[in-house]
Amino acid sequence: MSEPSATAGIDLHAKQVRKFRLQDRFFHHSTQIFAFVVLAALVGILVSLSIEAWPSLKEFGPSFLWTNVWSVPDDKFGALAAIYGTVTTSVLALLIAVPVSFGIALFLTETCPLWLRRPLGTAIELLAGIPSIVYGIWGLFVFAPLFADHIQPPMQALLGDVPIIGSWFSGPPIGVGILTASIVLALMVIPFIASVMRDVFETVPHVLKESAYGIGCTNWEVVRNVVLPYTRVGVIGGIMLGLGRALGETMAVTFVIGNANRINGSLFAPGTSIASTLANEFGEATPGLHIASLFALGLVLFVITFIVLAISRWLISRSMGSEGL
Amino acid sequence: MMKLYTRRIWINRIGITLSMAAMSLGLIALLWILWTLFSKGFAALNWDMFTQDTPAPGSEGGGLRNAIVGSGLILLFSMLISTPIGILAGIYLAEFGRVSKFASFTRFMTDIMLSAPSIVIGLFVYALFVTTTGGFSGWAGSLSLALIAIPVVVRTTENMLKLVPTSLREAAFAVGAPRWQVSLKVTLRAVKSGVVTGVLLAMARITGETAPLLFTALNNQFFSTNMDKPMGNLPVVIYQFALSPYDNWVNLAWGGALLIAFLVLAVNIGVRVVFRNKDKR
Repeated sequence: MSEPSATAGIDLHAKQVRKFRLQDRFFHHSTQIFAFVVLAALVGILVSLSIEAWPSLKEFGPSFLWTNVWSVPDDKFGALAAIYGTVTTSVLALLIAVPVSFGIALFLTETCPLWLRRPLGTAIELLAGIPSIVYGIWGLFVFAPLFADHIQPPMQALLGDVPIIGSWFSGPPIGVGILTASIVLALMVIPFIASVMRDVFETVPHVLKESAYGIGCTNWEVVRNVVLPYTRVGVIGGIMLGLGRALGETMAVTFVIGNANRINGSLFAPGTSIASTLANEFGEATPGLHIASLFALGLVLFVITFIVLAISRWLISRSMGSEGL
Repeated sequence: MMKLYTRRIWINRIGITLSMAAMSLGLIALLWILWTLFSKGFAALNWDMFTQDTPAPGSEGGGLRNAIVGSGLILLFSMLISTPIGILAGIYLAEFGRVSKFASFTRFMTDIMLSAPSIVIGLFVYALFVTTTGGFSGWAGSLSLALIAIPVVVRTTENMLKLVPTSLREAAFAVGAPRWQVSLKVTLRAVKSGVVTGVLLAMARITGETAPLLFTALNNQFFSTNMDKPMGNLPVVIYQFALSPYDNWVNLAWGGALLIAFLVLAVNIGVRVVFRNKDKR
């Protein structure tokens, strides 16, 4: 009597197992498809930008990259001025941001009182939360006028006559320009670099630091000779992350760089960057070579930032494991 | 001997002082920006800002109603697109993708997308969507912001799910639960608040994004809730008004900037406060 019900139970169980297995396979593959969306977006960006930029790439060839001309009426386009502005502002921004970020990370991990660590760390992270357009209007309305009135003239007086670098500080002090854009950019990337540095500094084993303190090292010596060598890879990764951010930053730069599509040796002079050229011209671009050249600029920007960010992520994950945001 | 000692002390003092100076520089920048924002923004804040639409060139007064509503709609739809995609992709990376090559490649690319220039994403959506659907639209704006939000949701979801102890999963498997039920009903539920945090942070991240909206949602001077047409939105209005020669426009730009920054910072601080209380418990 009990036999039929037992086999029915087994049948039912087998059915249930089969059902679950099917559902699981479905679940596995559907989540995989969503993960694939991110990859598809990246490839899609590369492909669609290349297609749209094709007329310009065909017309100007690789010399697009090193031609210094941007003339809508003549339909002649080259990216040099925009690339120059992008690279100069980003590198200058890093020159300012890296030491400051290092100082902040050093302070937060070594000398800051424990109860202050959390609020101060949050304050620095909030700097990263401020939207870039807010940096832009602050830069344009508050920082640039102050810079023009109180900082540029003394800088000119001090450095203007020094051979070679003097010409960097020539020209009228109008506030907006390459240097102003670099300073605003520096403020924007400091929180990113500082938080990566802080995180990698915290991965240093306490035993290592304590043994250095134990033989009488000062704070500075511990950071210089123990922490920095141990975290070198991650620190460089953080710097590259900041560089990637700075290269692609749009709104803040558009507000303060001055938007002049030419190369000027002076850092006080207005310039342009790839991102700000796009923001300024794309909306009113005429179909044809102009819009294709703007797409080509976008492609150049995407490829450069992609390489920089890929190196950065590789270095950071090498030094911290695969976590990290 | 003594000389070396004093030298080391002084180098240390200088180093520490410089690091404190760097810290103060960061704080001063933060406070300076916030103070500017509050003093100029509050001066512009009034009821008209919420009840009137953006003014025509040269006219008096006006508000930001169309831009606020437009921004709200664009944000809402971009979160509706990005949240499910991001969470499911995060589940894949955490539950199925611990060892697979495809997953670690995806993880790497997601990290790159986190910092990819937003203006390029705007160009992408323009090429893909705006040119094919016949013009700028609110949908295009939502799509471009969603593409920026997805990586943030993916990575926070994955990081949160990784914190769930394996024993919890094993306990669920042991009573015969299938994998999808374990993922959705056990692990995801265990980190619910963390995932919500990720979604909120993603929203904060895209609230102020301007660059991708320039070529997608464009702007609309008039009140509109039609997502198929160009749509007014706060970031683009701030951009255009701040660079305009009209005083009332510049004022409105400051007011709008205050609104956006307030929202973004409130989410950022709120999330941290809530999480801190969770840590203590």
